[in-house]
Amino acid sequence: MATPASKPSAERADHGKRVLIVGAALSVVSTVLVAVLGGRFLPPGNGSVQATGQVLDNTVMLAIVTPVIAGLTVFFVYVLSQFRHRGGALVDGPPLRDDSRVRVWWLVVTSTTVLFLAGFGTYELLQNGSGGGQGPNPIAVPAGPKLPVQVIAQQWQFTYRYPTYGGLETPQLVLPANTYVELHVTSLDAIHSFWAVELGVKADANPGVDNIAFVKTNGPSTFHVRCAELCGLWHGYMFNNGRVVPEAQFTAWVKSQQRDFAPLLKYLPKYSTSYFPDPQRRAG
Amino acid sequence: MRATGFKVLGVAIGLAAAGLLIGLYVSKLTTDNGSAAYTVPVQTQGGHKVVDLSIETVAAVGPQFSPAHPDYVSYLVRDTQGKWLRRTVWRLPANATVHVTIYNFDSASGLRNPLYARPQGVDGNSFMLDGKRTVVIDPNDTSHTFAVPAYGLVIPLSGIPDSAKHPCGYAPCALSLDHRTITFTFHTGKAGHYRWQCFVPCAAGWIDGFGGPMQTIGYMDGFLDVI
Repeated sequence: MATPASKPSAERADHGKRVLIVGAALSVVSTVLVAVLGGRFLPPGNGSVQATGQVLDNTVMLAIVTPVIAGLTVFFVYVLSQFRHRGGALVDGPPLRDDSRVRVWWLVVTSTTVLFLAGFGTYELLQNGSGGGQGPNPIAVPAGPKLPVQVIAQQWQFTYRYPTYGGLETPQLVLPANTYVELHVTSLDAIHSFWAVELGVKADANPGVDNIAFVKTNGPSTFHVRCAELCGLWHGYMFNNGRVVPEAQFTAWVKSQQRDFAPLLKYLPKYSTSYFPDPQRRAG
Repeated sequence: MRATGFKVLGVAIGLAAAGLLIGLYVSKLTTDNGSAAYTVPVQTQGGHKVVDLSIETVAAVGPQFSPAHPDYVSYLVRDTQGKWLRRTVWRLPANATVHVTIYNFDSASGLRNPLYARPQGVDGNSFMLDGKRTVVIDPNDTSHTFAVPAYGLVIPLSGIPDSAKHPCGYAPCALSLDHRTITFTFHTGKAGHYRWQCFVPCAAGWIDGFGGPMQTIGYMDGFLDVI
């Protein structure tokens, strides 16, 4: 004959098993779905090698967090459905007791996860900088030739200089396909942030600072450029589109821009990694 | 029960007060001279829409147009009766040709980025400066720019000399006073809301010359409301 005290104990064990089994099943299914489909839907796209790498990073992180979300969801729904108060007097529940096995597992799982993510993230960053601004002295410098392009931010537009093409400056950002590009990001006034969304590039644009980011373009595509730092009245309008084009088309575009801006050439300052423009007659 | 009634009443009063404040704010925005749209008259030539837009840039907008900020640098637009208005939202037809005349009464401030000294996005990538075709100006002689980044349009405006004998004090400025005349033509595309701005740090006394009238719609910035 069962004693009154043994019944709640058995129920508790069942609750735990149920949550664990359903949570594990949901975790497996959802994690597999994330791993398989993540690359298609997660940002920022595949405009560059760095962007593709970021999609992988986002997929890995989402895949790792998915079992946590699945477990919490199952637990939450189970608790709401099973432990609702249904009439009768409110009484204290059974006392909570320490379980060293749970503690050990918790420490092992969370520590392993965090350490793995730290190692994975560091590896990904050190490969090529992952499209992030690395300051004037970058640590992760990819090998091989690179096309330098300067990004000049000002209130409220980005303009671009191509030092290897006579210091050409233009309001359009056009890059050759399958090419490593070395972006030098700076500003002429306030703090901006250059964000080439589908290329996976984001680098702060600070006045007087040369912030370097690397990106290897994939095939021809278009991408959005936005300012990602609140920079004044027209911050919300500080965007345009950039293009990645085949090499021959890029060369033709450069020539046309050189023609268009030829009258300006004598007035442009010599190419520099940063600028402190004069005059500012009225500026306070 | 009575306490609940007071709570409901309190929430209702709070919501009404918030609604009133929002209404006042919206009302101020829509009636402010700087934000209200000016519809530019449209002509038709050979079935094509053509617009003449006359604007002026002034060093000080004056108390008549901006009692709160009479010293702000500003753009003004001229209506069909020849009256100047401080409106910087201009309603234009889509797919039309726009002939623009700008009378600049201000002196030079200089460009921070010389790129804007080259006209772009207009017919011939050039403009007429006091009747002379111009493809670039000295960035240091630039007083203002009229730029619509979404159109790739930039027009640098040459300033009057510092030694000008008859500079304009407060707007509106008569054409008998020292000024430069800039004319050019561009084309509107599809309907949309396109911002325009000045790229010269021309806000006197503000950090980097980009405060005050450069950060307030209705002076050196506005919209082309293309419909």
